[in-house]
Amino acid sequence: MTLVMGGVAYDPKVVTIWDGFRRWLRGQGLDFDYVLYSNYERQVEELVAGRIDAAWNSPLAWLRSERLAAARGRTVVSAVMRDTDQDLTSVVVVRADSPARTVADLKGATVAVGAVDSPQSTLIPLSYLHGEGVGDLTVRRFDVGVGLHGDHIGGERDAARALVAGEVDAACMIDGNHLLFGREGTLPAGATRILAQTPVYDHCTMAVVDTAPQAEAAEFVRLLESMSYADPEVRPLLDLEGLRRWVPGRTSGFGPLGRAVDETGFYDAAGGVAAVDYVP
Amino acid sequence: MSLDLGMLGFDRGAHLLVRRALGGVGVGDRITVTGGDPALGVHLRAWARAEGHGFAEVADRTATWTLSRGTAERDRWVGAERAGGPGVDGIVARPPGRWGLAARGALVEAGGPESRFDLADRDVVWADLAPRLYAHAAAAQWDPATAVEWAAPAEIPPDVEASVVQVMTYLVENEQTALVVPAGLLARVHPHFREVQQLLAVQAADEARHMEVFTRRALLHGGEMGTSSAGGRSSLATLLVEPDFSLATFLLSVLGEGSFLALLAFLERHAPDPVTARITHLARVDEARHVAFGVAHLEHQGTVDPSLRGRLRGAIERRHDALADTAGLNADVFDALVVLAAGSWSPEAIAHGFAAVQELHQAMDDGRRARLARLGFPPDEAAELSALHTRNFM
Repeated sequence: MTLVMGGVAYDPKVVTIWDGFRRWLRGQGLDFDYVLYSNYERQVEELVAGRIDAAWNSPLAWLRSERLAAARGRTVVSAVMRDTDQDLTSVVVVRADSPARTVADLKGATVAVGAVDSPQSTLIPLSYLHGEGVGDLTVRRFDVGVGLHGDHIGGERDAARALVAGEVDAACMIDGNHLLFGREGTLPAGATRILAQTPVYDHCTMAVVDTAPQAEAAEFVRLLESMSYADPEVRPLLDLEGLRRWVPGRTSGFGPLGRAVDETGFYDAAGGVAAVDYVP
Repeated sequence: MSLDLGMLGFDRGAHLLVRRALGGVGVGDRITVTGGDPALGVHLRAWARAEGHGFAEVADRTATWTLSRGTAERDRWVGAERAGGPGVDGIVARPPGRWGLAARGALVEAGGPESRFDLADRDVVWADLAPRLYAHAAAAQWDPATAVEWAAPAEIPPDVEASVVQVMTYLVENEQTALVVPAGLLARVHPHFREVQQLLAVQAADEARHMEVFTRRALLHGGEMGTSSAGGRSSLATLLVEPDFSLATFLLSVLGEGSFLALLAFLERHAPDPVTARITHLARVDEARHVAFGVAHLEHQGTVDPSLRGRLRGAIERRHDALADTAGLNADVFDALVVLAAGSWSPEAIAHGFAAVQELHQAMDDGRRARLARLGFPPDEAAELSALHTRNFM
């Protein structure tokens, strides 16, 4: 049976990536195909409805898959992840001359974040600040690529720019983008300071639903985990998708985002979309 | 191993030092990194994750982290190979397409695109003389603006000037052909044969200068360009369609440009003005190099391909047949050469000029036969083939 995987077209390169994986996987003897969705919400609904077998999910999409599946008597597993999906952190950044010395000093401040559905630059850091007892925050959101769960980097970059321009007191972003923004000059060297770093969390995961053909699903995961960076045929695919190797999936790293989703009521317990101003 | 970055952060190049330190330990081994940049811990974690290295905080120490070297950097070079050696002695017989544009002698990562350089056989493109000819050509480049005294005074009768303009017009047409042919071959030669590419590139650059100076001379005294005949262009067009490297080189460089050596010498000798004499001299020196490469290449080819002479003969015959029904040399050009050599319109002068052009034909034929003999053709066959060469000279 054909194993069909869903992916979200957050960038034109997604076609190149999954065409390459499709060619390679089929070359290994797996009857594999993929479909692309314009946003994660539709992908998750299709997964739980059994119209696709696997979904390359954002962490937020994983949480919704889990809730939606449970509500319908189905199960999903976090089957395989990129090595770069584990133990990420987000940072809260202020300008170098900011009077803030700890997150508590952000009380009453304006904080720039990414898109409404971005785990790394909106949901997790705001939940972190909330947990640290920082109240009375004004949140300035940069809704770029809504429905893509923050895969589109634009919102985070706009938040960083707003910080440098003096429009906000602080900005939130994932650690890797802080590194990137420094190198590309969005955050000029010495102009900003990291005020706080969240605890570690996990990012994307390959969700497989229990209606998937079991043998093909197992072979899919086995083949992905067998991909070697030393293989010149495979290496360009891994480089494009941003990993060095696939590692077994886990669910232990989704706690911080789960808390954020509950605090904001982003999804309800049954996996329904409850965020009022969220229109993918 | 421990690395102290001082105040250097990842926004100012710290990754270079970290990568270098990791390169000094084995896969799985650890280095300790310390530093004063406030963002260092955040950036080390993100960088190490993206690069496939392990990252850990050191529990009882501030501003100190450990990284364990991952396998990615090592894995990237599994299956890498040297693209031959950098020198001429490092040239291989058949460089693979996967080496593509890599420098000769470079360590080439496995994977990447297959290149489409179809001229990838040492025996097809190489000549041992190529590196020396290239060095000579590079040293002999001249600047049209300064190598020619364009303002040199000249008293030229209008009829003779018209002949110069016609000949220049013809030369430009031929030089354009002589640029397009090597440029087309150049784009097909595997870059592994760097010296051949370089030589062809300089050859094309030579022709570019020739086009410039001949055009400039044609227009120097305010006239308009001369005529271009259909037959002349037909003859040149047959040079553009020859796909075989050796045959194209043979027809263009050995026979065509070889014939042009005699033509350019003729023009220098009979030039009515110093500019014409100078530019035909400069062009002839360049063309002599092109001929030398063509002959050297085909001599090498002849040693490895016993069928070469038969193919060369076939190429001449095919081109002759293709041109059998065309006029050959532009009649205006022939007349202009006579007038140039005559220098005036008196019957005696014209007779003298006509004889000079006949001598030119003889000199071209002598040169072709000599070069064909160098390629191993017996004298009678060389004479027969030389006679089949296009009447358009090139």
